[in-house]
Amino acid sequence: MQLARVVGTVVSTAKNPELIGRKLLIVQTLDAYQKPVGKPFVALDSVGCGVGELVFWCRGKEASFPFPDWDTPTDCTIVGIVDSVFVDDSRKRSL
Amino acid sequence: MILARIIGTVVATRKDPRLEGRKLLLVRPVKLDGSDDSGFLVAVDTVGAGYREQVIVVSGSSARLAHGMKDFPIDAAIVGIVDTVEVDNME
Repeated sequence: MQLARVVGTVVSTAKNPELIGRKLLIVQTLDAYQKPVGKPFVALDSVGCGVGELVFWCRGKEASFPFPDWDTPTDCTIVGIVDSVFVDDSRKRSL
Repeated sequence: MILARIIGTVVATRKDPRLEGRKLLLVRPVKLDGSDDSGFLVAVDTVGAGYREQVIVVSGSSARLAHGMKDFPIDAAIVGIVDTVEVDNME
């Protein structure tokens, strides 16, 4: 799973029937210090989060597990909204 | 899932029988502003997308979960046509 910030939304009318009613969000992966790393992805929402929130998402086949029958075609799903992150600062200094 | 733009079609006569009748499209990943990103993908269409349309592509084993693709030998499927993308300030 990856820490990420929700940075936007995607609207799609013509889509797979299993995706109807699902929220598509753009997530930007972050490192432990919440700096953006890598490319943004389109993720499906399973927890009811919104733009600007800090979340974590999972990729791969497991991304479809939060949804009924595990048959939703997604490889990137937001599975949690982050309340707080603690990072040991002594490690940051040594990096 | 990634955003991509359809840049062409792929025609194949000899292929896995399960792929017969399926539309194979060549897609190029795009950035959030719509400009081209690196790489190309061959993806199976499941929504009736066409040339130059911006789409949502699912890759990996999840592609087999796309509508009508159960147990198909694919690892990239187009699952939606993008109407709009709205991006908040990246900071």
